[in-house]
Order: sequence, then structure tokens, then C-alpha cells
Amino acid sequence: MSEASERTRIKSERYESGVIPYKKMGYWDADYTVKESDVLCLFRITPQPGVDPVEAAAAVAGESSTATWTVVWTDLLTACDVYRAKAYFVEEVPNTANEFFAFIAYECDLFEEASIANLTASIIGNVFGFKAVKCLRLEDMRLPYAYLKTFLGPASGVIVERERLDVFGRPLLGATVKPKLGLSGKNYGRVVYEGLRGGLDFLKDDENINSQPFMRWRERFLYVMEGVNKAAAKTGSVKGSYLNVTAATMEDMYERAEFAREVGSVIVMIDLVIGYTAIQSMAYWSRKNDMILHLHRAGHSTYTRQKNHGINFRVICKWMRMSGVDHIHAGTVVGKLEGDPNAVKGFYDTLLLTELKENRTLGLFFDMDWASLRKCLPVASGGIHCGQMHQLTHLLGEDVVLQFGGGTIGHPDGIQSGATANRVALEAMVLAKNEGRDYLSEGPDILKAAAKDCRPLQVALDLWKAITFDYASTDTLDFESTPTSSAS
Amino acid sequence: MARITQGCFSLLPDLTDAQIKKQVEYSIKSGYAVSVEYTDDPHPRNCYWDMWGLPLFDVPDSAAIMFEIAECRKAHPGVYIKVNGFNNARGVESTAISFIIQRPAFEPGFYLVRQEIHGRNIHYTLQSYAVQSAGEGSRY
Repeated sequence: MSEASERTRIKSERYESGVIPYKKMGYWDADYTVKESDVLCLFRITPQPGVDPVEAAAAVAGESSTATWTVVWTDLLTACDVYRAKAYFVEEVPNTANEFFAFIAYECDLFEEASIANLTASIIGNVFGFKAVKCLRLEDMRLPYAYLKTFLGPASGVIVERERLDVFGRPLLGATVKPKLGLSGKNYGRVVYEGLRGGLDFLKDDENINSQPFMRWRERFLYVMEGVNKAAAKTGSVKGSYLNVTAATMEDMYERAEFAREVGSVIVMIDLVIGYTAIQSMAYWSRKNDMILHLHRAGHSTYTRQKNHGINFRVICKWMRMSGVDHIHAGTVVGKLEGDPNAVKGFYDTLLLTELKENRTLGLFFDMDWASLRKCLPVASGGIHCGQMHQLTHLLGEDVVLQFGGGTIGHPDGIQSGATANRVALEAMVLAKNEGRDYLSEGPDILKAAAKDCRPLQVALDLWKAITFDYASTDTLDFESTPTSSAS
Repeated sequence: MARITQGCFSLLPDLTDAQIKKQVEYSIKSGYAVSVEYTDDPHPRNCYWDMWGLPLFDVPDSAAIMFEIAECRKAHPGVYIKVNGFNNARGVESTAISFIIQRPAFEPGFYLVRQEIHGRNIHYTLQSYAVQSAGEGSRY
């Protein structure tokens, strides 16, 4: 009986058994012509010392598509040239040593339609632990038009949300109930009532308010809706409070969301930590139930903050708009949490524009048509107060939810006063901006003038006038006005 | 009195004609079509107020719009009037600005109806005191 080892072996340069560099396996192609239907990724690669950047880029392409560390004959059972990702361009990152931008193209058929879980499992599921790459960051992605059309996009979107709330021409106003943890249902509802009565459009649950011993979810939902409806009656306006339906299992989430609908809420919220599959499920549910869906980006800064490793938040913005959330926290610039101004503008553009154009000063690396997926409303939350209204207006524009938690509830004269101070400051600033005034430099004067007719605003300005959070951003953008040298 | 807070400037003091004119000019410059609407039913879910003429597409002159606003005030004193700017650009195709410019002298507000249903649930609805009180034309 002859042994398998005596059979004729495959003898070709590419497919005989053994190990060959990734760039020779087909994962590097400097002459590749990008197709309209390709998914494109931009990675920031820090190769291990001694590893050639093109080989590192090819390895990233390989390990995020079809490769394994050694040649496999089974490749030949497939149209392997098609399925291989191709790294097609590598350039040095400006002002760094040993960091490279690598552009990689993926055949659209590698991905399941309408599945963020599959997209992410493919792109980030394997390659980030690869030893030859010291650090790796997914900086940006271009999703092709045909692929985007398979996704839901925001369940309501900015336009429909504004039409439901009947608010046009100004940012929306919100606040998170504070303290973060510990309030009972009835006390929680009081905070909601006071904030909405004073002039906010929304209150919200904090990301870790789910269902704890100090307050279970049903009590919260019932008391919150009393607060919401009472404030609606007093003000004659549509009001809402984001009921957090995050839970341990999908079944529990559906139960909570159904109850939110039953009690008449216009909006529910979920946390990023529920995962991509759950987020998509909730988006489909929200559209079916005419519910606005708010996403808190809980946990993102574990992987979005460092320039050399992780996932840039703008990619998360793209995935979440595709998934179908209507709101996503996207940065304040001037508040207590991380945010470089140009990077944040890039995030806001990613969420709000119908079409993106490459603009490295904002961190946008690709042209991309959003294929009529609805607009996702950015949310600015964290350490902002009414004294910054001119800066917030200038930096963040009109399509945004401005959330002032401490800035409402910390007002010395009470929550209604805090809410009124924020609303009056906002309306006065929008009025002045529309009139064509230089509201950025005249901001403090505009606020002072508005405060003459609004005592709560005067008190707030006096209390918080000097508060800013000035720390160097950990994640500034890397670009030069002239293209850097190609390393390929 | 329950001053309704609909519209984007409703917590500021009532706008003067000079301020309204500046907002109209801003709307025109932004490419919006300005329209005037009125109602005596300020329920927050009443999204179709009565139209005072058609939205003024392609009217480059704020004087014409200020004239229509004045005419609407004359014809409908004592009820709510609002001014809107409509943006028909791709991706919006909706109202871009909307603010109230006239209110009744006294706004009685809304009755919050609480219907206790199963468990601790309550079914809520709002009823406008003004609308319940009389027919159109004599509510304020």
C-alpha cells in the first residue's frame, strides 16, 4: 500500500506547501484598480522592528481576508484571486516614525448583506493580535453604495425625528438624570419632570441605569412617563425621556422595549456594550414601532482614544449609522471628555452628510455616498454648560442634541431653572446667529443680554463662568497639506 | 397661564417685527421657502396648522413676506400664528425653521387626562382647555 506521502505533490511557485511572504501570496498589488463595489479599509500600521511596511500591509490584508500563515492547497478550490483582500497603497504617516497608512480593498462578496456583525468579524476579528504588527488602528472605511443599500440606516433619522417632535431651527436639548446611580423610581421621575418643565426636550437614563436593586426598570418607566406627560401638558410640547432598555439578554431587551412602547415613550436608548447584533435587532424593532433609538457609546474609549491602536471612532459612527440608530454620542470638544475639534467635526459630518468627500483635515480619508441612509443625530454630552453656548453653536452646528446633565441639575435654584437657563441661552444664540452677528466673539455679550430677561440664566453664568476642560487631546489628526511619500 | 413652548424662540420674549424680519431674511438667504400658518388648536400633535396662502417659494424679498404676516395678523387676531422656513434640498425636504409670532392674550393650557389601567399603568392624553371650551372662532 503506498503512503499519501508518496503521491505527487503540488509543485508551483505559489501553491506548493511552505511559507511565503504575504506580499507574494497576492495580498499586495500596487497596480490594483479599486472597484466601485469594493469595501475599502484604511489601517494605521506600526510594524514590528525589521518588518517591511508593504509586507505588514499585505499581512493585514491577508489576515483580514482569506490567508493563513502557510500555503493551503484548498485555496485552489476557490476563485481565490477574487476573495483575497489587496493592499494597494502604503504611505508614511506624517510626523511619526515607523507608522504607515495602508489602503486595502475587499471584494464585496466577502460580506454578508446587512450584517454589521459579519462586517466586523471579518475586518477586525482576527488581525489585531497579529504578532508582526506592533500596533494596528482601523482609521476609516469606505462602504460601497450597493452594500450600503442592504442596510436599514437610522430607524427614524434626523428629519423624521424633528417632524415628530415639531422642533425645527435649533439644536435639541437634553440632560442626563443625575446622580448617576441610586435614585429610586419616584425621585427619578421628579428630575425628569423638572428638567422637561423648565424647557428641555429630553431627559435620559445614564448608560448604567438598567435595572438595579435601588430602582427596577418598570418603576422607572412608569414614573418617567408621569414626568414626561405632566411636562408635556404644562408646556404644550412633545417631550421625551430616553428609557434605557439595555439588559442581560435580547429577550429581556425586547420585554423592556415593548413596555416602553406600551407606556407611550417616543424614544428608547441602548448602550454600545450590548453588541453589534443586538444593536441591529433593536434598530429593526425601533423602526417597526415608530420609536426613536438613542445609542450611548459606552465603552468605546477603551479602543478609540489611542492614535496607534484600536478603532477610530469615525468607523464606529459609520457602522452605527448603517445599523440604524438615530442618535449617537459623538463628542462636545469643549466638555469633560476627549475630543479634538477637527476630528469631532469629522464624526459629525460622517453622521449627518448625505455624501462624504475626502478631507484629511477632518480625518475623512474616503469619498463615500451614504446611499440615502438617513441621517444620524450626534449627541454632545459631558461637562458642558450654558456659558459655552456660543462655542457649542460654532463647533457643533444645528443638528445636534446638547445634553447638560450637571449643567441643569446643578443649578442653585433648581432643575427647572437650570433647564430654562440652557434653553434661553440656546434660543438667544440661534437668534443672534441667524441675524448674522459674529456670535462666536460676541457670545458672552449675547448671553449677558439674554440673562437680563432670564434670572436663571444670570445665576448660571455667574456660577460656571470660568469652567473649561483644557487638556491636550490624545487623538489629534495626522495630515499634511501636500501628500507624503508613498512607502510602496 | 400656560405659555406653550412650541417653536424655536418660544422661551425668549415675544419677537418684535424687526427681529422677525431678520429671521425671514436669514431664511431667504438660506434658500428656504417662508410660509405663514395659524391655528386655534395648539395641541402638540396638531401638525397641520391652517395655511395663510402657499409657502412663498422663490420670493427673494422679505417685504412681501412681512406684508403677508401683517395681513394674517389682521385676519386672525388673538390666535396662534407661526412662521416657517421650508428647505426642499435633497436630504432635508422638510421644515428647517419654525417659530411662533403671535399668541392669544391668555393661554389656558392643557388638561392632562389620567386613565388608570392595569397594574400601575396610566393611559395619558392631553386636552386643550381652549378647544374644549368653544367652537372655532370663539376659543380665546
